[in-house]
Amino acid sequence: MKRVGVFICHCGSNIAGAVDCEKVAENAKSFPGVAFSTDYKYMCSEPGQELIKKAIKDHKLDRIVVASCSPRMHEPTFRRCLESGGLNAYLLEMANIREHCSWVHPDDKEKATWKATELVRMAVAKVLKNEPLQRSTIPITKRALVIGGGIAGIQAALDIANAGHIVDIVEKEPSIGGKMAQIDKTFPTLDCSACILTPKMVEAANHPNINLITYSEIENVEGYVGNFDVTIRKKARSVDMTLCTGCGTCMQKCPTKVPSEFEMLMTDRRAIYTPFPQAIPNKPVIDRKNCRYFTTGKCRVCEKICPTKAVDYTQEDELVTQRYGAIVVATGFDLFDHSVYGEYGYGKYKDVITGLHFERLINASGPTMGKIKRPSDGKVPKDVVFIKCVGSRDEAKGKAYCSKTCCMYTAKHATLVREKIKDSNVYVFYMDVRTPGKGYDEFYTRTTDQFGAKYIRGRVSKIYEKGDKLIVRGEDTLLGRPVEVEADMVVLATAMVAQPDAAKLAQMVGFSYDQDNFYTEAHPKLAPVETHTAGVFLAGACQGPKDIPESVAQASAAAAKACGLLSKEEMPTEPIVSCVNEAICAGCGMCVPVCPYKALDLKVIQERAHGKTITRKVATVNSGLCQGCGACTVACRSAALNLKHFTNEQILAEVDALCL
Amino acid sequence: MSVKEAQANWEPKILVFACNWCTYAGADLAGLSRLQYPPNVRVLRVPCSGRVNPQFVIRAFQRGIDGVLVAGCHPGDCHYVTGNYFTRRRYLLMQRLLQYVGVDPERFQARWISGSEGPKFQQVVKEITEQIRAMGPNRKLRDAQ
Repeated sequence: MKRVGVFICHCGSNIAGAVDCEKVAENAKSFPGVAFSTDYKYMCSEPGQELIKKAIKDHKLDRIVVASCSPRMHEPTFRRCLESGGLNAYLLEMANIREHCSWVHPDDKEKATWKATELVRMAVAKVLKNEPLQRSTIPITKRALVIGGGIAGIQAALDIANAGHIVDIVEKEPSIGGKMAQIDKTFPTLDCSACILTPKMVEAANHPNINLITYSEIENVEGYVGNFDVTIRKKARSVDMTLCTGCGTCMQKCPTKVPSEFEMLMTDRRAIYTPFPQAIPNKPVIDRKNCRYFTTGKCRVCEKICPTKAVDYTQEDELVTQRYGAIVVATGFDLFDHSVYGEYGYGKYKDVITGLHFERLINASGPTMGKIKRPSDGKVPKDVVFIKCVGSRDEAKGKAYCSKTCCMYTAKHATLVREKIKDSNVYVFYMDVRTPGKGYDEFYTRTTDQFGAKYIRGRVSKIYEKGDKLIVRGEDTLLGRPVEVEADMVVLATAMVAQPDAAKLAQMVGFSYDQDNFYTEAHPKLAPVETHTAGVFLAGACQGPKDIPESVAQASAAAAKACGLLSKEEMPTEPIVSCVNEAICAGCGMCVPVCPYKALDLKVIQERAHGKTITRKVATVNSGLCQGCGACTVACRSAALNLKHFTNEQILAEVDALCL
Repeated sequence: MSVKEAQANWEPKILVFACNWCTYAGADLAGLSRLQYPPNVRVLRVPCSGRVNPQFVIRAFQRGIDGVLVAGCHPGDCHYVTGNYFTRRRYLLMQRLLQYVGVDPERFQARWISGSEGPKFQQVVKEITEQIRAMGPNRKLRDAQ
């Protein structure tokens, strides 16, 4: 005979003000299975919990219903109370008579009391069917994977490595560094990007706990928190990393020239190359698509010239599988394809460039050695027009969101143009100027007041060539009249968008992304670096447009979360998972594709029936993967699948109790 | 109480299946914000709206419930990635089934209410209570008593 104890909380006057708690406790005594019922002022308080523990002992209670606030608030509290009172934590049910009753029905005590009674009756009916559940534990692999070797990935890896855990950074390019390596100066301090990034790159490369896996991509991810099995494709570099000393002779002698992606195609690299001189690892790879040997079968210059015989044309892609406890995703962003804005003439006019092109033009290590020269004829531009929100905040052609960084980097570019070219004129077409951030607005004010950049509020409708000038035609919406600016060069502040393969990676690892393919955090405010997939964390602009300080902060936050996981030997698992009644499972497999966590599978069992041994298929649940959503239980046609703690019988008992 | 009186005093009873992550939190927020709504609803917590078996809904109607609401996270926001898509499909099928057996399909509804939408929870409950009240008691599917 099951003996249920019912405890009605007054929550001071929060509940008792609208609900007659004594009456609810009195009513509860008549419910089937209830052996004890009482009310108390604060059930969650120490004496309240003692009251429950004492009642468990005195009245030999084996199931408890607490009617109080939301279980989202105090379920863990009362579960602990049950455990210390000698009962299994899952023999508790809560009736939410505060948020769902007293607080929303303050004026009708009779009805509120009746509703509270019914909610308690439902909870009693359910708890009678509760079963004790055991939390199990799974071991945690003490190794972290960071996907992406930009500033966010490097920072996350350094923090995890400094906490004493092994970290692998997987980067698809031949060098770590990401977009920040291309940038010249950083706002609002105007310190040089390379000067603050390259030491971190070196630190990561030399750290005993960090392994750099560059020129590699994630091929497959299986498993779950604590134990992800990740397959990494190490693309063939055609250069033996152990033999190569990075002397660079091959890069000088290679006869094939290819536009350099790092320099935004403004200058050439060779077919055997490192993306930039400060690359880490500073050892070249052969770009097989463009290499003369790989395309025509003749050349082999680099092989002949290499003093250590490191060039190896026979190398093949290598697949390695490694187990990780936690994954930090820091894959960064890409730039919006602004060719949709035909009116800006990108591609048609050489002197219409993007912000990242401009970064290379003003970079001392860039194609022009830091001298601002316009791409068409190498002349120093005198009149420079910047156009903001190219692709951002434009639902019709671009993206609905604000890319967040463009206002500041355009102000930075404007400042640098005025600083480097004394007699220049800078015009900035803008929709709004958004400068939240420490020292940001001061920087913008300096750009306009001290450096004299002319900000024009309005959109540009057309750019066309006239002689060697570009005519920028737009509207000044503050003056309410059209404006025309003669420019030598136009710089577009293109939107930050998700990486082209962002969705593919998210599907592979198994977390969600939004309509713009940016990765979705578990909670926009309270879990900004977690994903809904336990053990997978987000850092940097893959989650949404971010500047460098924010990316770094988020990377450290993600690292802290990963370390929290890796510092434990094992972790408890929630026992609310699906289970299979093999006796009635027909093995149809309908449940398998329904599961979002790949926790369901079919297995073959042998059993004796009618004097014969038969083998048949039945569903099986991997309780380590199952998150307890219950989708499979509804898909199951023979009702062989059930979700523990939310079984069909429990929910039906609640429904029945409500409808009495 | 005479039959007439009982009819006059009739109050609809509505069962709400609320997913733990969005709608249950939204209902909690409605309470936290002291947003009043009619006391005709009873919230039953399920891990995900995709856990709601149509069998539960039919049983509730058989036992005399006047209306059922299944509420979960907005499409795309499901805590369990895809659960609410199943809910959406089942909801459409259920409505057609109800229509087929001659019950007003509006007695069974589905809504997306997130954890930050306390006012929406209040609004939905108010609306549905009034709709069901206008329809009158569920007699068609109720078991003989």
